[in-house]
Amino acid sequence: MRRILPLLALVVAASIPLWIKDPYILNTFVTTGIFIIAAMSLNLLLGYTGQLSLGHVAFFGIGAYASALTSLGFDVTLFGKFHVVHEPWPVWTGLVMGVVVSGIFGYIVGKLSFRVRDAYFVIVTISFAEVVRLVALNWVELTQGPLALTNIPPVAATIPGYGTFEFYSKTSYFYLVLAVLAVSYVIISRLVHSRTGRAMIALKQNESLAVSVGIDVTSYLVVAAVMSAGIAGAAGALYAHYLRIIDPDVFLFVYTVTMVIMVVTGGKGTLAGPLVGGLIFGFIPVISRSYVGPELQWIIYGAFMILIVFVLPEGIVPAVEKWFAKNKKQDVSASPAHVQRAS
Amino acid sequence: MNVVKMTSKPSVALSLEHVRVEFGGLVAISDMTFHVNEGELVSLIGPNGAGKTTAFNIITGYLKPTKGAVHYRGVPLAGLKPHQVASQGLVRTFQRTSVFPTSTVFDNVMTGLHQSGTSRLWDTLLALPRERSSEEKLRHRTHEILETVGISHRANDLAGTMAYGDQRLLGVALALAANPSMLLLDEPVSGMNATETSRFMELLAQLRKLGISILLVEHDMPLVMGVSDRIVVLNYGRIIADGPPSEIQGNPEVIRAYLGEGVKKRARNS
Amino acid sequence: MSELLQHIINMLVLGATYALLGIGLTLIFGIMRVVNFAHGELYTFGAYFVYLIAMVLGLNFFLAVLFAIVAGCLMGALIELVLLRKMHGADIDTTMLIMIGAMIIMQNGEQYIWGGIAKSVHSPFPQTPISLGPASISWLNLFVFVTALALIGAAYFLINKTKLGKAMRATFQDSDTASLMGVNIQRIYMATFALGSGLAAGAGALLGPVYVIAPQMGNIASLKAFAIVILGGLGSIGGATIGGFILAFAEEIGAGYISTDYRDAMGFLIIIVVLLFRPTGLFKRVERIG
Repeated sequence: MRRILPLLALVVAASIPLWIKDPYILNTFVTTGIFIIAAMSLNLLLGYTGQLSLGHVAFFGIGAYASALTSLGFDVTLFGKFHVVHEPWPVWTGLVMGVVVSGIFGYIVGKLSFRVRDAYFVIVTISFAEVVRLVALNWVELTQGPLALTNIPPVAATIPGYGTFEFYSKTSYFYLVLAVLAVSYVIISRLVHSRTGRAMIALKQNESLAVSVGIDVTSYLVVAAVMSAGIAGAAGALYAHYLRIIDPDVFLFVYTVTMVIMVVTGGKGTLAGPLVGGLIFGFIPVISRSYVGPELQWIIYGAFMILIVFVLPEGIVPAVEKWFAKNKKQDVSASPAHVQRAS
Repeated sequence: MNVVKMTSKPSVALSLEHVRVEFGGLVAISDMTFHVNEGELVSLIGPNGAGKTTAFNIITGYLKPTKGAVHYRGVPLAGLKPHQVASQGLVRTFQRTSVFPTSTVFDNVMTGLHQSGTSRLWDTLLALPRERSSEEKLRHRTHEILETVGISHRANDLAGTMAYGDQRLLGVALALAANPSMLLLDEPVSGMNATETSRFMELLAQLRKLGISILLVEHDMPLVMGVSDRIVVLNYGRIIADGPPSEIQGNPEVIRAYLGEGVKKRARNS
Repeated sequence: MSELLQHIINMLVLGATYALLGIGLTLIFGIMRVVNFAHGELYTFGAYFVYLIAMVLGLNFFLAVLFAIVAGCLMGALIELVLLRKMHGADIDTTMLIMIGAMIIMQNGEQYIWGGIAKSVHSPFPQTPISLGPASISWLNLFVFVTALALIGAAYFLINKTKLGKAMRATFQDSDTASLMGVNIQRIYMATFALGSGLAAGAGALLGPVYVIAPQMGNIASLKAFAIVILGGLGSIGGATIGGFILAFAEEIGAGYISTDYRDAMGFLIIIVVLLFRPTGLFKRVERIG
């Protein structure tokens, strides 16, 4: 049953553009999908490895800018002497660069996270994201600052014999995002069920014990951070080529908050958590927009998150799983095997 | 498992020389020198606060000694991080928080087998056959270890929901999974009843048959007297006696150190 | 030279108010171990409260500042009672998330009530600055400086010379032992949060008239408060005070001689650099033995 569910969800998701034609809702699906990818990557760090990383939007934004700049080209002068020119490259290289450059920053954060722990680490990650935002805002030569990078080319795929297909329409982008989401899901799923994943989860549960069986804390924190950052970078790149305009606001703390809310309310440390949380929080604005303005929407967000933390501290998905497990148990409560278990 | 040939002349597995540990102004261990031979079971005993857990922390790299040296099979352990000490074959258990609470017992041991795993990140991500065969081997080994320790029937339970005694056993299973040539057991039977304790003594015998050297910290005197080749007695950070059980039992200084405590009576739950 | 003197004067004024922010957070973070993201929102609250009392209601400016501080304390006590009390034993990330929720609610609430356009509070002081040789200081800034110092002094007095302060310090060292000795931890937590929030509101009330008031100002304030706490060491009021001045100094010098654009980045860069070399902050607090 468990193995069919993700596949089923994928099939259902793939059918959505066939029966939903409203462009606003399709658009919401696309952006929500992108944020779900980012939330899944945050979940790897926050949920599985237990690292309180609140600078995640930095990886997202770096991916966006790296991809955009790779496909747009740039022309900067460093330190007043070195003239660096980059000619525009095909968009798919931009997506790759988005992943790679984010991954590199993930490596740096990963290395740092061992030295600086817990609450201090939270603050370092937020500071890091803010510094990146300020750099994006002020290094106008590279990023155009608040004027934004515009005319970012759409993702294009060259099919030999057929020509080039541009992912321009909402429907085509929906499938692109869904594909990347599915791939990311598979990667993360394989990771957490492997020896590497067990090491990460062990670090979250009991670090001194993990160390005593030979798990090297630093290298696994780094692996988690790099993978997490890379996937977030992919999401950011997708975002850049969808909106086709990127400005430093992509680094705002509010986006990290959005991702955190999705992960925490959905269920951190579960594969389905970010999906459920993402769908809920991606669509609250859609549902509530006809009734309330943006500020009240955010107030609802905040209140809902607090509510979940109080009532379902582990998130929605674990609560649902527990509910199913309890109901199953009631059916077999008379069996002798159960009596033996009580201790 | 490492099987050590028993030679007539015992070779030294673990040695501590003049180890001293200070915390700020407090001297936790003043001058500790002792050794454990290959295949031996040495018990480290002493009143609470004597420095036993601190000694474990020093040996396994969780703490740095202020002075002194620790060697395992000739390799100096100074400056090694705990996971590096573990890869030398020296594995410890913990008094409290000895399991991964939100994972199943099975997954706990799979985690403990970390050093034995051979798959790398690419094998995992690309689902290469090497990954599957490595995982198969680990699963097989996990079943073996759970059998040896005697908690196979709990394999699918969450570690944190188990009875305390079973959790201690899982802690030993974890240590065993890490492929040790020497185990440091930190109060493994504390909180266990009589049945569980005698079952544990059988487990100890099995571990010894595998050739694993053991350093045991315990308060349960019958257990200690019953299983140890040698006993090292610690008091106020100093070693006050070092010899076979028969010598220790009659030692006046040891008796003095324990006089205030009397014979430790463990609560028996049936 | 006169430029440097001016920078120093600015630094002193700013530093004193930053110190208020930092002291408040170091108490909350230190005693309660709560990563209080809503701290900046109390700062904003203080500023908007002054705006409400002095501009909308047209009452006396000085009363407005006083009321803002009191209101900040009450708001802090309320937040602790409603949001944190039930989560007493929870993980640090759980309480952090609750505080993020509180931050979102407060910030958007302020935006909803006051709108996004910045508000300004008129200074009751004469406009001509007092000249101190080649530099000068405005009456308002002087008031801010003096009041901030007074509040710092009051906080110091409360923590070190009163019974309540003693209980707070005991709770900071070891809350289990403190409660065994008869300290009502619930009450201490509420008092701590109220005090910390009151100080933050005070900082906002003082700086509101100096700058402009906007709903997002709390974000930067929170982060700067964290920078100060890290600089000064967790739980150290003296450290937070010094940290406040160091941050103000870095900002003034950075803005004055390096680049005004990256002024706010100074705080973050300091955090990152300090934590790289001293992962537990500049001033090490003595760890418990055992």
